[in-house]
Amino acid sequence: MAIEVRIPTILRTYTGGEKAVTGDGSTLADVLVDLDSRHPGLRERIVDEKGLRRFVNVYVNDEDVRFMGGLGTGLKDGDTVTVLPAVAGGSADGPEAASAPLPLGFGS
Amino acid sequence: MRYDSLVDSVGQTPLVGLPRLSPSADVRLWAKLEDRNPTGSIKDRAALYMVQAAEKDGSLQPGATILEPTSGNTGISLAMVASQRGYKLICVMPENTSVERRQLLEMWGASIVSSPAAGGSNEAVRVAKAMAAEHREWVMLYQYGNPANAAAHYETTAPEILADLPTITHFVAGLGTTGTLMGCGRYLREKVPGIQIVAAEPRYGELVYGLRNLDEGFVPELYDESVLTTRFSVGPAEALRRTRELVEQEGIFAGISTGAILHAALGSASKAVAAGERADIAFVVADGGWKYLSTGAYAGTLEEAEAALEGQLWA
Repeated sequence: MAIEVRIPTILRTYTGGEKAVTGDGSTLADVLVDLDSRHPGLRERIVDEKGLRRFVNVYVNDEDVRFMGGLGTGLKDGDTVTVLPAVAGGSADGPEAASAPLPLGFGS
Repeated sequence: MRYDSLVDSVGQTPLVGLPRLSPSADVRLWAKLEDRNPTGSIKDRAALYMVQAAEKDGSLQPGATILEPTSGNTGISLAMVASQRGYKLICVMPENTSVERRQLLEMWGASIVSSPAAGGSNEAVRVAKAMAAEHREWVMLYQYGNPANAAAHYETTAPEILADLPTITHFVAGLGTTGTLMGCGRYLREKVPGIQIVAAEPRYGELVYGLRNLDEGFVPELYDESVLTTRFSVGPAEALRRTRELVEQEGIFAGISTGAILHAALGSASKAVAAGERADIAFVVADGGWKYLSTGAYAGTLEEAEAALEGQLWA
């Protein structure tokens, strides 16, 4: 089972600069454990004892796993996992912010 | 239709069918044309409601000054409403913001305070907060945490959609301040059992995320995950492709964020087709494409347009 996991810039110190790494496992939780065996420290930047960290979003094939099975979300060969910092904005254009740190997402 | 003034004409926008992009007679897409609001975006609704709420609770007195760190549609909407109601508006925006935005804001009478480009929106917020601390009499409406933002959609946008489309099964909108999705989502969940509330959020290129710290993210105070059925991340390539399909096939000239919303709406449509279920999917056209012409989104090949958007906050 080859699952491509896209890594945000801030976490590439754990992947030797690689933008994407390949993991193995039938759930998101399994894949993160598998990745951590080769990239120690990566997993705990994404999850804590309560589950996904508050300001981290994880998507399987572009859908937010918080609305799927969370860390238990099932994965199959060829799925793509994307890890991104949680960001937000307004709606429908422009850089926008109302509270530091910089919110992204839809402008407002 | 006749109104006493421009501000009174906010809302009551058309809901139009998409005969070509809808996959079948049983699975149909409907566009809520929010670009038909007075300043051309859905933000007119939130701006008007936030101002009215502040007038009602007394925090906004005649002749008062409103301060908001904004360079986008909310700023433009607030500038129009403020000009019509006799308030001053000060927008704090990064100095590298496009000349079109600056001109639009000034046209409606807003003053602009520039913050250093290097700090981006972050710096604009810092400057605005420092100014607010020095001028306690100024009013910051704060759209990310202002319940009147969501209330505008609970009380106007969603009832309009439901009246026009009683058979609605899905509502799809962009996730920014989250006001549209929270307000419409709550109203529609109360009225339509089983309705799906779908969020589309933009996924930018590497340059934009940069070295953003994972421990210091931002989640708007208005956001309540339980209102949503699901949430899709949409990249610039898909957003651009859908923006162009919308104008080429249906004649609707929309901003790029609408392309991202349409992409999520079409994804919901595909799921309904695969499941053999009927669906009436309403999605939001947040604004028109005019303000984004200079981004290159509508010219050349999709690859060229995507390259032009790299590093930009396109939604």
